[in-house]
Amino acid sequence: MTSDTDGDQTPRLELHGITKIYPSVIANEDVSLSVKRGEIHAVLGENGAGKSTLMKMIYGVTKADAGEMKWEGEVVQVENPAHARSLGIGMVFQHFSLFETLNVVENVALALPGNPDLKQLADQITEVSNRYGLPVDPGRLVHALSVGERQRVEIIRCLLQNPKLLIMDEPTSVLTPQAVRKLFDTLRQLADEGCSILYISHKLDEIQELCHVATVLRDGKVTGDCIPSEETPKSMASLMIGKELPVPEHSGSSEPGETRLQLNRLSKASDDPFGTSLEDIELEVRSGEILGIAGVSGNGQQELLYALSGEIPVNDADSIVICGTPSGRDLPDQRRGNGMGFVPEERLGRGAVPRMSLTENALLTAHRAGMLKRGMIQFDKIATFASKCIEDFNVKCGGAEHAANSLSGGNLQKFIMGREILLTPKLLVVAQPTWGVDVGAAAFIRQELIDLRNQGTAILVISEELEELFEISDRIAVIADGRISPAKKLADTNIDEIGVWMSGMWDQATPAEVVAHD
Amino acid sequence: MDSSILSSILFATIVAGTPLIIVALGQLIAEKSGVLNLGAEGMMAMGAIAGFAVTLHSGNPWLGVLAGMAAGIAMSFIFAVVVLTLMANQVASGLALSILGVGLSAFIGKPYESEILPTVGAIRIPLLADLPIIGDALFNQQALVYFSWALFAGITWFLYRSRPGLILRAVGESPSSAHSIGYHAIKIRYLATLFGGAMAGVGGAFLSVFYTPLWVEGMVSGRGWIAIALVVFATWRPFRVLVGAYLFGGVMVVQLFVQGSGLEINIPSQFLSALPYLATIVVLVIISRDQNTVRLNAPVSLGQPFRPEA
Repeated sequence: MTSDTDGDQTPRLELHGITKIYPSVIANEDVSLSVKRGEIHAVLGENGAGKSTLMKMIYGVTKADAGEMKWEGEVVQVENPAHARSLGIGMVFQHFSLFETLNVVENVALALPGNPDLKQLADQITEVSNRYGLPVDPGRLVHALSVGERQRVEIIRCLLQNPKLLIMDEPTSVLTPQAVRKLFDTLRQLADEGCSILYISHKLDEIQELCHVATVLRDGKVTGDCIPSEETPKSMASLMIGKELPVPEHSGSSEPGETRLQLNRLSKASDDPFGTSLEDIELEVRSGEILGIAGVSGNGQQELLYALSGEIPVNDADSIVICGTPSGRDLPDQRRGNGMGFVPEERLGRGAVPRMSLTENALLTAHRAGMLKRGMIQFDKIATFASKCIEDFNVKCGGAEHAANSLSGGNLQKFIMGREILLTPKLLVVAQPTWGVDVGAAAFIRQELIDLRNQGTAILVISEELEELFEISDRIAVIADGRISPAKKLADTNIDEIGVWMSGMWDQATPAEVVAHD
Repeated sequence: MDSSILSSILFATIVAGTPLIIVALGQLIAEKSGVLNLGAEGMMAMGAIAGFAVTLHSGNPWLGVLAGMAAGIAMSFIFAVVVLTLMANQVASGLALSILGVGLSAFIGKPYESEILPTVGAIRIPLLADLPIIGDALFNQQALVYFSWALFAGITWFLYRSRPGLILRAVGESPSSAHSIGYHAIKIRYLATLFGGAMAGVGGAFLSVFYTPLWVEGMVSGRGWIAIALVVFATWRPFRVLVGAYLFGGVMVVQLFVQGSGLEINIPSQFLSALPYLATIVVLVIISRDQNTVRLNAPVSLGQPFRPEA
């Protein structure tokens, strides 16, 4: 620890009894914490535990309803982000606050006071980026940058203001493992120079590796403080979710059966100038196996999913073969008729119709399973099916007649997963199965996917969470820049190799040079 | 075609394009902040009648232009309150503003329908105006023609060289990001909308005080809509607005010339009258085909309401 090296022991930031109430939910209740100078302080909690709201109050984006904030010993009321920055608080947002059509220098200039000269600023950016190992080209437009590069721009933007406290909101969710390591080096260097860091995450291993102190939030309340290096992931998880973390059981590799999905040199030029074109994608998913596709977002996952679901059909029918039928030109309905199930990343609008009830949403894909009789809806059957989804998948909701958009993201995801899994498709394509779902529910969904595989379904999972893919996949491949790597059996690879592959480097042999370029 | 005809076509083209440039550049600023104000036609009509009436009573065309500007600002202020403070739908509110402006101007303008204003003299720039063919067209013009060029230069500099312009573009792309780094997005959108209204009013006053110079109900005749279309098809870039406006003016003048020349041609006059609208849109659609240019210049948040978090 570096926090005790200097004489001044006044905490940099103290919160006392912070409370924030939104009309339907208490986001924070009586939260207190204290951050010393040069300390990397974790705020740990599940999605919806109130971490982001707390940070927004510190940064002046929203105001607390009750409680007191002290900055370097003085009581302050942060009026707005500009005020927070003038105090020396910088924040790197989870969803970046960069402007895509502006270049790096312009983006940085917008966050600085006064009217900085853009040429000088470009030099300053280069200097800071060299000092902290954050390579970035000041002249490039932000939309052309990778997610990792965008994050570096955000960090550099904060660093140029010489912050005394840097808030990082879920910074690693979009990074390759190598980029995470580089980020940690940068953060440690900053802390050594006396900058305090508030590090928000739900990833226990990262917090153990990086943070000096952790404050744990659950349902908006502080459930404990701990020193991560003295805890186990198990003990921190129980603070975070109130019970032990269930681990999915993977019943080893069974012999996969017939091919249910085959992609033959699938190529598709993207219509979107900022999209990614698919190039010669080849893969095969067999009955009784889970194929995981890893990759940093924006590398063609969206395009691949649209081509697979049939929302954007491709010209060559043979390039997508679903359960033996060439389906490249088929529409989503025909593909589902051939035995494919599909869970998209966006739940509202693509996975479910926001204003329709859960029952009606269940009917949308389940109408093939005997819910219709001579074109008329069998309301009793569909109601039974919807209730079964709700019960089996432990969906917290007011009832099957409630609208899809009244559910929290995690609960709706459980419902949609339930709807598709209960139909026992021959082939299931899933994007981000546990995105935004709390840790307990995520483990449950993963277990259900594994059980479905054991029943003989072929499953393709596209996810940005490497840990998840390593937990459930039989084989794993990587998508990068619209191309796909060979699929490897889980036993024959490891997180490091997949991490290197995520940079698009499965053809080259030496991983060492890859690290700097993500 | 002898050079005096060419010169007068060029002269008339510049004059016809001027109100479009002024109005479209004003709308460009408003749209760059993310506000889509479809009320340009109504704001121009109000600017036209206000300018006409004030000029007639005061005898001073410059007071008329100021009055037109004030009328445009007042109209856009109504719009701004409705869509920025009350969060109403921008498209519907803009259409309503158009209908309101056209109707209200006709009502106010009833007593002025038989009046005619004295012609305002041109400003001649010595030496340059003596150039052959282009001299008269470019350098012996109404003051507002020179103003439109200054406006073009000023807006180009403002958008791409100045810090407030950078902030404006940032707000138009993502008001929530701009808010989160400390800018007052609503205030910036208000100012941009009012500027758009002011320019629409000036454009309207140009028509009734300098161009015709008289007041007829419906005299704006779709120029407000053309200005809005110009901004979109010019992919929100000032230079393309300039080109599009003169193209429209040019075709307008040429078809009037053809119609009035008594040439024996078998084209219905209605088609000729529609030609400027058609030609402008076709040409601008062709130059705005490049999706990349559109994505890089279009304000992403255009038409979307923004409410900062409490």
